[in-house]
Amino acid sequence: MHIIESGNVAAAWGVKLSKAQVVAAYPITPQTPLTEKLSELIESGEMKAQYIPVESEHSALAVCIAASTTGARAFTATSANGLLYMNEQIHWAAGARLPLVMCVVNRGVGAPWTIWNDHQDSMSQRDTGWIQIYACDHQQIIDTVIKAFRLAETVSIPVMVCYDGYLLSHTYMPFDVPDETQVDRFLPSYRPERFLDPNMPANFNTVTLPESRPDLQGEPAPGYMEFRTLLHKDMRNALNTAADIEQAFSEAFGRGGDPFIEAWRCEDADCIAVALGSLAYQLRDVVDVLREEGIRAGVAAIRIYRPFPDEAVFRLLAGAKKVIVFEKALSYGYEGPLCADIKSALYAHLSSLPERPDVQGVILGLGGREIKTDDLVDVFRQSCKDDRASGKTKWLGLAQKQL
Amino acid sequence: MQAKTSILSLPEEEFIHPGNRACSGCGLGIAYRIGLKALGKDTILVVPPSCLTVLQGLYPIASTKLPCLNVTFASTAAGATGVLGALKALGRTKTTVAAWAGDGGTGDIGIQALSGASERQENFIYICYDNEAYMNTGVQRSGTTPHGALTSNTPLLGKLQQKKDVPSIMSAHGIPYVASCSAAYPLDLYDKIRKARTITGTRYIHIHTPCPSGWGFDPKYTVKMGQMAVQSGLFDLYEIENGQFRLTGPSAKLMTTGKMADVEDYLKSQRRFRILSAEQISQLRQQIQTKWDGYRKALS
Ligand SMILES: Cc1ncc(C[n+]2csc(CCOP(=O)(O)OP(=O)(O)O)c2C)c(N)n1
Ligand code: SF4
Repeated sequence: MHIIESGNVAAAWGVKLSKAQVVAAYPITPQTPLTEKLSELIESGEMKAQYIPVESEHSALAVCIAASTTGARAFTATSANGLLYMNEQIHWAAGARLPLVMCVVNRGVGAPWTIWNDHQDSMSQRDTGWIQIYACDHQQIIDTVIKAFRLAETVSIPVMVCYDGYLLSHTYMPFDVPDETQVDRFLPSYRPERFLDPNMPANFNTVTLPESRPDLQGEPAPGYMEFRTLLHKDMRNALNTAADIEQAFSEAFGRGGDPFIEAWRCEDADCIAVALGSLAYQLRDVVDVLREEGIRAGVAAIRIYRPFPDEAVFRLLAGAKKVIVFEKALSYGYEGPLCADIKSALYAHLSSLPERPDVQGVILGLGGREIKTDDLVDVFRQSCKDDRASGKTKWLGLAQKQL
Repeated sequence: MQAKTSILSLPEEEFIHPGNRACSGCGLGIAYRIGLKALGKDTILVVPPSCLTVLQGLYPIASTKLPCLNVTFASTAAGATGVLGALKALGRTKTTVAAWAGDGGTGDIGIQALSGASERQENFIYICYDNEAYMNTGVQRSGTTPHGALTSNTPLLGKLQQKKDVPSIMSAHGIPYVASCSAAYPLDLYDKIRKARTITGTRYIHIHTPCPSGWGFDPKYTVKMGQMAVQSGLFDLYEIENGQFRLTGPSAKLMTTGKMADVEDYLKSQRRFRILSAEQISQLRQQIQTKWDGYRKALS
């Protein structure tokens, strides 16, 4: 079924089709219409789930954590300060290895207040042990939510599905709503091995010592560090699982593609732009303009950001002369976090590179600062032409005179 | 009305293994053992960081025979909400959901989630064990620490403010059942939790649990300490059922006999009150008097 709707509604349809059983959420712009839609679907009986209107984001994720541990498929969504307010719970969910899915409708964080889009919110949660996937359009939002549940439940790691506030959440686009019975086949119901059950009492998330310790049968049980290492290992393996799931999805629904990076005109590109979310699609127009000028440009949308698909990144970028990382987030006092990750992926595979591509970071669009396609063309063209990048991060769209 | 439980009719089945990590003489140990008997086998527990986390044991060994979800400090009532939501979604609605938290986890950091859940009338039993400070982190003041008590962060002057009255706050939410009890009166505690199980909606039970390590008394006097708090009229045992207040057990008896013990004996037997002046003690006496006058008026 093709419909024209907002990105938030696309996400809500994804959650409904995934048959989430418990939804808990707290309002924050621009996430609000997503969970409002879910409350409507649940109240009207169209979706069979418990909707729990909690009193804070901290509680929203706490409800999902507990519901998931009890054996239900659980979902929540938030943005910006709501996400930050969940921080303690975000670590907890990953440490407890719960297959939660949360939409993060990206928004800049306060202070000062802003409601507009950038990626500082989800980037600040990068190291919490959640898988992070960024969607570029509405079709990806709805499809990614469904795939995210299957991924989370296969690897027992929670997944954030991130998409741009307003640019995607509130704009209308046509997209296909997958068929329910096909989704049921693709995503069977959630059946955890262990859950809170009086017939099988167990203590979940107990105090754990640094060292490994024997259980009552004398078998060694993991210490805290083993638990952490397992999470890391399983996160790395999740790249393979994500690829398998992408494959299964394409076979079932006839669309999808690369689970890691979506490349546009990169095959023969000398100069590749890298970005997350809707910006990557905006950059396609820029690439088309530069190609007409004879510049061999391409753009890569990083879809899965944690675990970082470093090998795929390396494979795609190895042949380029220039890599320009456009990003709406900043690791204060250093550079854009994605830029640092791209450099590190290239460095990790340095020995097999004939020549290292030059990497230029560009920070733009913070707090919703308008990103003009013409400006993108200028900075992209300039960066492609520069002999070697200065190494210094560039800023796009700054009111220079004020600085 | 349900029949009163006696020591002979108390169920034998234990849900807490002998040998746990609480200090010797811990009042929580008594309350937890009896409370779990009252909750019964078909129960899921939700527990935030506290002395109870320690009592429960270290991974991979547990001292409790009921399923338990450890949650973050502020999220106990939300955790219980999530368990309930999932049980409803899965059609497993017979199971009792009980949150069990310390006074700091309840009256301070957890009060937002607890208030939210109570307003939503979530169908769980919330049990707060009140050892009157943050014991797990080494005896710092909590909102429920009494006036004048020395703690590790009110080390010289004692706590300057009054004890926060959490049961009253809970009662103001219009929940169907609020009760206070004491580890020193386990049968009263048992019967109140049993009664709570028969009620639907958010139920709140506040248990006074003397703490030898934090209060500064010999572990063999735990029960005596709890009894003195009740007998002096300082900590009262009552129920608020659908808004109706009723003193119970020893506190009800105090009302009829009027034979209240002097609170000074209670204060003098604990190191945490050692700097209380005669004036502070007489002020406290006065406060107890005023509180009981209020009870008398309300109940007449
Ligand atoms: C967010 C957060 N802040 C602080 C702590 C540290 N902490 C753990 S237990 C505790 C005190 C618990 O006090 P209470 O709830 O009264 O229970 P008790 O230990 O006295 O039994 C504190 C402050 C924590 N675990 N989480
Ligand atoms: S510190 Fe107090 S409350 Fe905590 S275990 Fe020891 S006696 Fe019990």
